[in-house]
Amino acid sequence: MSSNVTEADEIVRRCEALYADLSLSAVKSWQASHPGRPAIGLLPIYVPRELVHASGALPVSILGGGDQIDIVKGDACFQSYICHLPRSTVELGLQGRLEALDGFVFPSTCDVIRNLSGIWQLLFPGKYVRYLDLPQAMDPSTGGEFYRRDLEALGAELGRLPGGNAPTTESLATSVRLYEENRRALATLRQLRAEAPWLVPLDESYLVVRAGAVLDVEEHTELVRAYAAAATRRRRKAEDRIRVVIAGAFCEQPPLGLLRTIERSGCYVVDDDLFLGARWIQPTEAEDRGDPLTSLALAYLNRSVVASTRYQPDGLRGEDLVRQVREKRADGVIFAAPSFCDPALLDQPPLQKALGEASIPFITFKYAENTGQFQAIREQAGTFSDSIKLWGEG
Amino acid sequence: MKLPITEATANAAPPPAPLARAASQVVQRDASPTVQKDASMDRQKAMLAGYFSELAHARETGRKVVYTFVPGNLTELIRAAGALGVYPEVNALQSAMRQRSDGFVREAERLGHNEDVCSYVKCDVGMLASGNIGPTGEKLPPPDLLLLSYTGCFTFLKWFELLQKEYGCEIAMLHVPYQADGTVTEDMRRYVAKQLATEVIPKLEKVTGRKVDLDELAELLRRSGRAEDDLVWVLDSAKSRPSPIDAYFGGVYYVGPIFTAFRGTEDCEGYYHDLRGEVAARLARREGPVMPNGVLAEERFRIVVEGPPNWTHFRDFWRIFYDEGAVVVASSYTKVGGLYDQGFRHGQDRDPLLSLADYCLGCYTNHSLTARVELLSSYVRDFGADGFVINSLKSCNSFSVGQLVMMREVEKRTGVPGGFIETDLVDPRYYSQANIKNRIESYLQMIAQRKASA
Repeated sequence: MSSNVTEADEIVRRCEALYADLSLSAVKSWQASHPGRPAIGLLPIYVPRELVHASGALPVSILGGGDQIDIVKGDACFQSYICHLPRSTVELGLQGRLEALDGFVFPSTCDVIRNLSGIWQLLFPGKYVRYLDLPQAMDPSTGGEFYRRDLEALGAELGRLPGGNAPTTESLATSVRLYEENRRALATLRQLRAEAPWLVPLDESYLVVRAGAVLDVEEHTELVRAYAAAATRRRRKAEDRIRVVIAGAFCEQPPLGLLRTIERSGCYVVDDDLFLGARWIQPTEAEDRGDPLTSLALAYLNRSVVASTRYQPDGLRGEDLVRQVREKRADGVIFAAPSFCDPALLDQPPLQKALGEASIPFITFKYAENTGQFQAIREQAGTFSDSIKLWGEG
Repeated sequence: MKLPITEATANAAPPPAPLARAASQVVQRDASPTVQKDASMDRQKAMLAGYFSELAHARETGRKVVYTFVPGNLTELIRAAGALGVYPEVNALQSAMRQRSDGFVREAERLGHNEDVCSYVKCDVGMLASGNIGPTGEKLPPPDLLLLSYTGCFTFLKWFELLQKEYGCEIAMLHVPYQADGTVTEDMRRYVAKQLATEVIPKLEKVTGRKVDLDELAELLRRSGRAEDDLVWVLDSAKSRPSPIDAYFGGVYYVGPIFTAFRGTEDCEGYYHDLRGEVAARLARREGPVMPNGVLAEERFRIVVEGPPNWTHFRDFWRIFYDEGAVVVASSYTKVGGLYDQGFRHGQDRDPLLSLADYCLGCYTNHSLTARVELLSSYVRDFGADGFVINSLKSCNSFSVGQLVMMREVEKRTGVPGGFIETDLVDPRYYSQANIKNRIESYLQMIAQRKASA
């Protein structure tokens, strides 16, 4: 084993420890080294972390409790037909594991996340709770202006939190630049995985990306770069596996075991929408010297990824998925959506139709963040892989 | 999202032959031939039958058709553009009351729609795939415009994306910000009004070829406001003992015209004028509400209900309450198309676009959970309720997420215990009569004991 492999493994080990730490030790460490400064929890999928960062706070992405927490009180807040992420998130809150956070921002992802903001107001009175209405009107003069003013208000509110500072043009410009660098690093890693997935297993790249949920952006950017560089130096050979894209896992995250199961079943995952908020805004090389708040608002209108939670008529999401498959030279698509996830599941019929018209094979299954049995998924993914290898066009 | 009733029209015409279920498959419910109705129900039935006939002949008459949703609907604007509105939730619930939603939902699932998602959407998709035969048995015209009034429900967005792919027609998006902290800011109002001016009206004018006259729109809004005065009077009458109305099962009839295609019409104004007179007469006679099995003789329980009703077993569901002498004195569902009882009236703001913005922003499901808790608590107090029941729907995250927390909060604020049941909108597989009956009866027994010991 070369030293380079060890370096990548070490990074992954650290990221897995961050992933498993539901008590947010990394956030507490940051607070210890930045006395008095707040940390703000951000619910899926997308909140402009730049704005939080520019207020002097640590943006912390909350992605539920996964399969690592027993739900004791959270189930008393939700009916059985509601997805799992909110109940584990409430459980984390009621267990006091989110106490390091000084406030929470709930974006307009879906009815569940929206109403979760109300649950939070009722269960945790006194905590700063903010709902962020991301615009669905994509005209800059309507949705853009409304959103910009709302971001301005959010920044001012963050500035009024103990230890917070209202973002200035300078601090926001710096934050925008830092997150732009982060997005470029993530894009490089994503591209590496598409080109050589045997060097960058899905579970590893996921853990590395997910570390950004709790780390300061600069530290995370360095970590992503270090991992990508170390992974590139690995001496591994490609195996006879099919190349697949995972679609539908953008909010509630599948357990690590499920991700490992897919790749152990004869698949290389060459692209996915896991933890989509981390790469919601597509990176740009263009230098923007304008008002950073306006840039942030326009980035949402013009550079957002195509996502099930954004209004997108004309069947463009289907076209986008087909294009993604072609660009990544994938053999097929695995629709992996959380149970009861309206945005992902309502999108599946038209997306599947688009794939069918493009002769792209796919399989479908549902999961919950605490799914513990993977045998059926292993068999399904394995059969999918075998069928493509045996009868696929390639 | 949910909608007002329409059983009145559900009986207007038999299903067309190709879609009629075999007689042996039809589940017979409430076979009593002498269902009692108010005169206003007959008037509403005639209004709806006329409207669906108008829709069926829209192509011949050259009227353009706009599909839109009930919460935040822009009916007066659609009328001012000379178009006819179609409300997919209404079609879904009417299909359910005619025992046809089951087949439509299954058809949608056969086409790949998941069992987990909203049954209104699946019912609509299934109906479309089965020929788009509307509730009165006449074919519904395809939309010329999908007007996506995105108020209080994210599923609306996905729903019309699906329909747009099917129909390939023009679509207009109206983003209505959520009242997360219980307030409507001037910025939110102006944002909605600006979208009306720059997105919605131009697209309406484009498909209809008719300029929207804002003065005419303002007049329609004022007429709506007068009908809303009468509706609020009717809803408020439930504060009397006994209540002359049932504000949930009966209430869905009462909100029918004002939540849908009739707002702003003389017919609508006349309907609510007559309804008010009808209820005033009952009030003077100290009579209880007219229920399907007759006038309720004794009001034993006064209940507040949160959440839409189940439509597939509407009569059975209502009967459980009726048999126990339980009257619903206030409900949140009858506010999804407007919280008129909290003071809003169309035309209040002289700027018609701001008035419509206020309406969209103020619909019930666009309110925060805290505001919903406050509203329900005020209903329990102001209407002298003995209890409140939450009917939680599998299909509707907009309503359902947080209801368990809301229940505890309303209990805490009012000292009145809540009951919790689970059904669905239009998927009959999620309605269990025995289970619901058992729970409601047990709940009301507990309320009775509580009243006795008070």
